[in-house]
Amino acid sequence: MSARWKAAALVAPLLLFLLLVFVAPIGTFLFRAVQEADVAPVLPRTVSVLADWNGAAMPGDAAFTALAKDLREARTRDQETGGGAIARAAARLNADWPGFRSLLPMTARRIAAAEGPPREALLSISEDWGTPAVWGAIRRAGGPVSDFNLLAVLDLKRDAAGGITAAPADEAIFRGILWRTLWIGALATVICLAIGYPLAWLMATAPPRWVPFLVAGVMLPFWTSLIVRTAAWMVLLQREGVVNAALQATHLITEPLPLLFNRGAVLLAMVHILLPFMVLPIYGSLRALDWRLPRAAMSLGASPLRSFLRVSLPLSLPGVGAGCLLVFIQALGFYVTPALLGGANDQMVPYFVAFYASRTVNWGMAAALSVLLLLAVVLVVALYGRLVGFSKVRTA
Amino acid sequence: MRASRILLWTFGALAILFLMAPVLAVLPLSFSSGSFLFYPLPGLSLRWYADFWTSDFWLPALWNSLKVGTGAALVAGSLGTLAAFGLWRAEFPGKSLVMAVLLAPMVVPGIIVAVALLLVFGPLGLTNSFTGLILAHAALGAPFVVVTVLAALQQFDAVQLRAAASCGASPIRAFLRVCLPQILPGVAAGAVFAFATSLDEVAVALFISGPAQRTLPRQMFSGLNDSISLTIMAAAMVLVLLSGLLLLAVTLLRRRSP
Repeated sequence: MSARWKAAALVAPLLLFLLLVFVAPIGTFLFRAVQEADVAPVLPRTVSVLADWNGAAMPGDAAFTALAKDLREARTRDQETGGGAIARAAARLNADWPGFRSLLPMTARRIAAAEGPPREALLSISEDWGTPAVWGAIRRAGGPVSDFNLLAVLDLKRDAAGGITAAPADEAIFRGILWRTLWIGALATVICLAIGYPLAWLMATAPPRWVPFLVAGVMLPFWTSLIVRTAAWMVLLQREGVVNAALQATHLITEPLPLLFNRGAVLLAMVHILLPFMVLPIYGSLRALDWRLPRAAMSLGASPLRSFLRVSLPLSLPGVGAGCLLVFIQALGFYVTPALLGGANDQMVPYFVAFYASRTVNWGMAAALSVLLLLAVVLVVALYGRLVGFSKVRTA
Repeated sequence: MRASRILLWTFGALAILFLMAPVLAVLPLSFSSGSFLFYPLPGLSLRWYADFWTSDFWLPALWNSLKVGTGAALVAGSLGTLAAFGLWRAEFPGKSLVMAVLLAPMVVPGIIVAVALLLVFGPLGLTNSFTGLILAHAALGAPFVVVTVLAALQQFDAVQLRAAASCGASPIRAFLRVCLPQILPGVAAGAVFAFATSLDEVAVALFISGPAQRTLPRQMFSGLNDSISLTIMAAAMVLVLLSGLLLLAVTLLRRRSP
């Protein structure tokens, strides 16, 4: 066995482990973003008839016959097994055409007893079956895959003819959430950089006996649990908390200030939690800097500012890049801190991933939002690799 | 001292104060004899620590955290050390892709991991189970072991392995008797990182563990969502002391490595 294969065999256990408990679950979950598994099992004939339909005019009698047959069978199956297949299909269709949540179960109940030709029977149960939009929703959800959820998280949807249009204003909330996430992430990164660079500069230039204290001042908070630091901000900022009590005791205010559950509280805690991730890489690259270079610049007549801007700053940019990357990526994924410290208008994409997965059990939307979030992360990492490269990253 | 240095020191001191003060300011509340979340304290007592010690939730949560953390550190530590040794030993095809997979848990947002595992672990019976939580936390901690052990191996002279082989040692024996003792501080530091990652983790614990596997951070999260009692501050104190011990361990291990 050659050395390479021995080396690969040593890496294999961890690789296999991560493929099984990390890559495969995430892949399975993300596939839910495009998977359509709720409607086709309930309405198999309808879906196959609608495949040939042009989407503009009303579908023919074949579609009505298929739907009536599908619903009768699905209702019998649901009653025998106690499964909620019709309800699940209705929930999925309702996301496309609001009203389906009641229309489908109601039609299934009444068509079981209905007589006569299917078209008239269905139209007498509900006039909605006379609109192409309803049939379009069934066709779009017929799957096996569709771009419905991915379009939805971009505030887009498909019209009856299959063209992409803007989602109605009351459903179009996701672009705003995405911009908010990127904006909060960018703000946190910029603030961390503004505080972190001078601090790292001080750590790199302080007299040696002070350095351990400064490093400890950054490392101790860095090692403190995220949940502890979030709890600390909650206790500080809440209505009956430390800050309000102190301000009232010193008679600076009479009524407690609403310091919690707003954007400021979220940003404050995020900067507090992420600052060490900015400071440590910058400190690493400043410590490795050859300090004779800026001194040489000054001895050649450059002002301290010019020597900083032209020599020290460019040489520390790999650290700045690594710090910004670490802070921005982590900021995009923040869930616990905004959930506890933010208000309804301060929640970011991760909150809505959790919301769709746990509250409404809408895996498709949770997965589509996750695809969006992961794309943002991958894009930032790739951009970083392109601009800076990964070989230059140093951490303290 | 020039004015700019004074300015820099003032700014730096304020920044350190910003980093240290919030946690230091709230921890003393846990020694209050009252139940308010502000100063001045009505008196000093250990009643919130007694509450932590005797309640049905907090102490079991601490044990769960230690149990899950230890399990995750053992799994991540052993698999991660082997992988790092393999990565260091030789080039092989697809190495950069393998590296990307090994380090991916560091950059993928925790909430995505949590929701994905809830979906996939559920049918496998790995939700509401210690095994599932330990496996998940081991995956999240493994990249830290790989990175730390790779850094330790940079200091190790590969010629020693050839010397051991020429003296008749098998590759496994050479690794265990020659290489491992020298990189052991790095391996231990990596395991401590993995333990700390598990001890700090909320999202995955929130989504895939049941009441029986409630960890300390998860218990704190539920408490903060509900109504904040000072027992949470006592729990925070316990977590801070634990993190302090872990930081101390890593610092000592770093000093021991060459």
